[in-house]
Amino acid sequence: MTQVWDTLPQVLIDGLTLGAIYAIIALGYTMVYGILELINFAHGEIFMAGAFIGTAVLIGLTGLGWVAVMPAIFILLLVLVITGGLTGMLGMGIERLAYRPLRKASKLITLITAIGVSFLLQDIVRFITETQQNNYIVNTPSLFPGSLSISGLNIRYSFLVVIIVAILMMVALEFFVNRTKWGLAMRAVAQDQDTASLMSVNVNKVISVTFFVGSALGGATGVLFAIHYGTIDPYIGFILGLKAFTAAVLGGIGNIRGAMAGGMLLGLLEMFAAANLSAITAGLLSSEYKDVFAFAILILVLIFRPEGLFGRAAIEKV
Amino acid sequence: MSYLELKQVTAFYGAIQALKQIDLTVEEGEIVTLIGSNGAGKSTTLKTISGLVPVKEGSVIYKGQDITSRKAHQTTKLGVAHVPEGRRIFPKLTVKENLQIGAFGVKDKKLIEERMEKVFSYFPRVKERLHQLGGTMSGGEQQMLAIGRALMMDPDLLMLDEPSMGLAPIIVEQIFHIIKELNDDGMTILLVEQNAFQALKVAHRGYVLQTGSIWRSGKGQTLLADPTITEAYLA
Ligand SMILES: Nc1ncnc2c1ncn2[C@@H]1O[C@H](COP(=O)(O)OP(=O)(O)O)[C@@H](O)[C@H]1O
Ligand SMILES: [Mg+2]
Repeated sequence: MTQVWDTLPQVLIDGLTLGAIYAIIALGYTMVYGILELINFAHGEIFMAGAFIGTAVLIGLTGLGWVAVMPAIFILLLVLVITGGLTGMLGMGIERLAYRPLRKASKLITLITAIGVSFLLQDIVRFITETQQNNYIVNTPSLFPGSLSISGLNIRYSFLVVIIVAILMMVALEFFVNRTKWGLAMRAVAQDQDTASLMSVNVNKVISVTFFVGSALGGATGVLFAIHYGTIDPYIGFILGLKAFTAAVLGGIGNIRGAMAGGMLLGLLEMFAAANLSAITAGLLSSEYKDVFAFAILILVLIFRPEGLFGRAAIEKV
Repeated sequence: MSYLELKQVTAFYGAIQALKQIDLTVEEGEIVTLIGSNGAGKSTTLKTISGLVPVKEGSVIYKGQDITSRKAHQTTKLGVAHVPEGRRIFPKLTVKENLQIGAFGVKDKKLIEERMEKVFSYFPRVKERLHQLGGTMSGGEQQMLAIGRALMMDPDLLMLDEPSMGLAPIIVEQIFHIIKELNDDGMTILLVEQNAFQALKVAHRGYVLQTGSIWRSGKGQTLLADPTITEAYLA
């Protein structure tokens, strides 16, 4: 018990960081599902592409000498905006080219297409990376080095950056969905496409906007990931995407606030397990079993609440 | 030149032909009703006009403009409002948001406010429910909201698909009263109804649809007096 207590502050910090990342990626899954009932498996790879694009931009800006003379926060904003814009267009393009022609096909065919797009993106990023260096693992320059130490607790500056930016992105999305005209159109399209089109809403345009916003956020999250963890490869999107999707299901797929809460919860559970699993099970399970622990919780939740923790809500099909 | 004209319109759902060479006109300022039994093709006719169902052959002319192959979101911008069968209120949007989405094509905030006030003048009940979710309202209130939502686009032609469906007689009276009032205020109306008696009473002209074809047409009063129609639809 003292072990649990002693590690708690660090668990909270690491769990919130990871959870914030899951949460924002989960938003991308949930928004697209809410509108098209499509599990966009390529979304994890959008996140990964964001990590690489962000890193490339950061390396480029370093080469130009900008990073040395400008405030880190300004550089971060610049990288986030460029990356978000590019991954947003990437997501929009994928919908336009790969999913839209299949709109009337069975869900299974679209799902398999999404998996195909995932592999394609992994290989493209790997190929490009290998033309630049001789392997595909990349180190991201650290933009916010160093850490605070408060009574034995290690708080990295980049943690603060991840948390603050993540929260700002979630608040911005909430505002967009609930307070703007296009957010209103998005919710209407999620509920009834035909009737939305009778209200002069161009449904295809709304779907494009949804992919843009979800993918821009996903790509920006890739930047946060790269800056915080420092090492990326073309396959980070797979397991992270899977977990973020899990978080979306945990919160109730299609529900925006549910995705945020589900992501945070999953991150915290995972870090809790990593720190304490060995102590709790008297050495039987090492911390490597953290995923088993987190997914066991997920399964339990879904047994008792198949619609997810936050049921159905904000964006939903009728 | 008619306000709205359908020329030899046919429409299909897959291999099933739902409309066979429909000819229909609506003049400015008229109430025209389209009656017929279930599955006759009434809703499909409205959908070919608004663009929800593609026209296979024939053409749709509105104010002299060929709108045959326009998508729904483009047709509504021309001032054609379509209140769909079953009201189709967005259940998870508030009443206010349902009205706002009706004015999606309008940029001017003040104009939106003005139109909302006008909707309230026709439907005071809607104003009392503004912050409630659309899905929590009664059938009659939802129908009023659905018409109000269509009025938010300030249409020139209002198409209503079975507005009296499933409503209590008192509410049906109110709805027909509003339809008359809107028409008196200058709106052209194309009204689909199963409630043939009420519809023919309020309409200037009517068409009777039978398995995808126009079977009879004429003045509302004439059709009301026609014994074959009385037998088939008013019994
Ligand atoms: N979405 C659809 N798919 C296939 N057939 C349809 C569809 N909608 C309507 N139909 C068929 O088209 C015909 C006309 O339907 P509809 O226009 O809805 O009739 P009404 O509104 O007069 O009741 C019917 O035979 C109906 O079964
Ligand atoms: Mg019908």
